[in-house]
Amino acid sequence: MNKINTIIHKEWSEVFKNRMVLFTTAFLPLLLTAIPLGIIYATSSSGDFSGISGDMPSEFNAFCPENFSGGDCFQVFIVSQFMIMFMIIPLAIPAAISSYSIVGEKVNRSLEPLLATPITTTELLIGKSLSAIIPALIATWLGFAIFVIGSWIMITNPVVIGNFLDGRWLIAIFIIGPLMALSAVSFSIIISSRVNDPRVAEQVSMIIILPVLAAFFGQMAGIIILNVTFMVTSAIVLALVDAILVYLSIRLFQRETIITRWK
Amino acid sequence: MITTQNLTKKFDQITAVENLSLEIPEGEVFGFLGPNGAGKTTTVRMLTSLISPTQGSASVNGFQIGEQDIDIRRSVGLLTETPGLSDNLSAERNLEIYASLYEVGDIKGQVEKYLRFLGVWDRRMDVAATFSKGMKQKLAIARALLHEPRTLFLDEPTAGLDPEASRLVREFILEIKQQGRTIFICTHNLDEADRLCDRIGVFKTRLLVVDSPITLRRQVFGRKVVFHLVQADQALVDKITAHPHVSEANLIDHKIVVTIDDPEAHNPELIRILVREGADIQFIGELRRSLEDVYLQLVKNA
Ligand SMILES: Nc1ncnc2c1ncn2[C@@H]1O[C@H](COP(=O)(O)OP(=O)(O)OP(=O)(O)O)[C@@H](O)[C@H]1O
Ligand SMILES: [Mg+2]
Repeated sequence: MNKINTIIHKEWSEVFKNRMVLFTTAFLPLLLTAIPLGIIYATSSSGDFSGISGDMPSEFNAFCPENFSGGDCFQVFIVSQFMIMFMIIPLAIPAAISSYSIVGEKVNRSLEPLLATPITTTELLIGKSLSAIIPALIATWLGFAIFVIGSWIMITNPVVIGNFLDGRWLIAIFIIGPLMALSAVSFSIIISSRVNDPRVAEQVSMIIILPVLAAFFGQMAGIIILNVTFMVTSAIVLALVDAILVYLSIRLFQRETIITRWK
Repeated sequence: MITTQNLTKKFDQITAVENLSLEIPEGEVFGFLGPNGAGKTTTVRMLTSLISPTQGSASVNGFQIGEQDIDIRRSVGLLTETPGLSDNLSAERNLEIYASLYEVGDIKGQVEKYLRFLGVWDRRMDVAATFSKGMKQKLAIARALLHEPRTLFLDEPTAGLDPEASRLVREFILEIKQQGRTIFICTHNLDEADRLCDRIGVFKTRLLVVDSPITLRRQVFGRKVVFHLVQADQALVDKITAHPHVSEANLIDHKIVVTIDDPEAHNPELIRILVREGADIQFIGELRRSLEDVYLQLVKNA
């Protein structure tokens, strides 16, 4: 436990000296929280949007409860689009941190002395993973909390607020978010074992945000409806993907493999 | 204390280490000498439980590799081929992290002890990247000493360092040597092995020979004595060659180079012969072969 703690703090003191990592961990959540709040602010202060509902895709009816006005519905739609984008946070932060922490270690050639200490590879892997997952979850949850508080202040219709806080988004933030962070870490460990430039590792690891973009455009095109079923299915699929990625990363993260096969 | 029996490591097609059997007593400084690709690093990695042998067994500090790996890692220190410091962390932080991973009780105390031992206590807050190559290497050796290991493995401690930095590191190793630890040094640097090591093993996939540097020189070439004469000719050389303990004698200018066993016992006899034959002896000296000659000879024949 002590050693895991040491590794976590070691990673943080190293990785947060890097501008790219800092940018991803601080600026990205800020941006992705500020934009939906800005939209809410703009749409609630500029009066009636009821006329807009006629231009909305027909799937919209499934999207909004019947008692919603056109303006409310527009607000809910736009915000839920950005909520999808918000899910980039628990993917991008762990990918950036673990790319820099593992490939950085390769560049410094510090993995071998590290592995020569009495730490187990499991402890090292857990330490490295947590050092990437913890900031991601803090940023995700903090960003979400700010968003909820902000919209609470700006939105007068409690039904709309309830819509942001319903089961779907709670599943997204508290279940899918952590699962995403785990998949991003495991994926970038796999990538990092093959790559010698932290920037390349980070860029390749960012492939993992593609499904989020797919959901973004899917909902925009009306192909995907983000209901509870969709969220639960996503969580289950993600858990399976996680199991595979974690299994692969553990297999790669063996002393002898790291020393002799990582290039 | 290091013991190995038929230690072997194969990578797919390549045999990196073959049937290595060694015994290194507590407190010895052992030089592991071999050309590039000889398998030195591979051996050290097996002995520090980083990789497992394909065959054979070994014990370090009484712990069996493959069975008591954590105990081995707790009781040995390793300087890897490259120092592997966290470049953007301070010297102090670098050591603190390792002290904690090595389960050191008094982290602050041990880190301070070694920062002072290195003479960088005043620069402890500076990031490792700002240190000179020699200092980085010393810092990396200190990092391997924080938990006071009984056995220390140094993989090419002065490789890539300029002469001054090399001397810095060598003096550091000599200081550590005084503390009675077993030290296993991999090196290409024969001069260094000569100066630091009690015994040297010359190695190229297989162990070619193990002995003290002095004995090694003698074993491979016999001992040579040079007689500087005012005037010398072949007749004199023939007289010397006739001596039963002389295996070879050659005339070079006015010098006779004699290969002889036990020169301490037989030189007086040779001197008497030369004087009797009317030779005027100016100097007598032993021809010292450098360890490099020995090494090249051994590796060439391997
Ligand atoms: N991970 C690996 N995979 C395949 N072959 C390897 C691996 N590591 C080492 N070898 C091979 O094993 C042999 C011994 O390598 P090793 O690094 O132990 O030599 P060395 O004596 O330390 O050399 P150097 O003086 O260059 O450091 C070499 O032929 C090398 O190519
Ligand atoms: Mg080597």
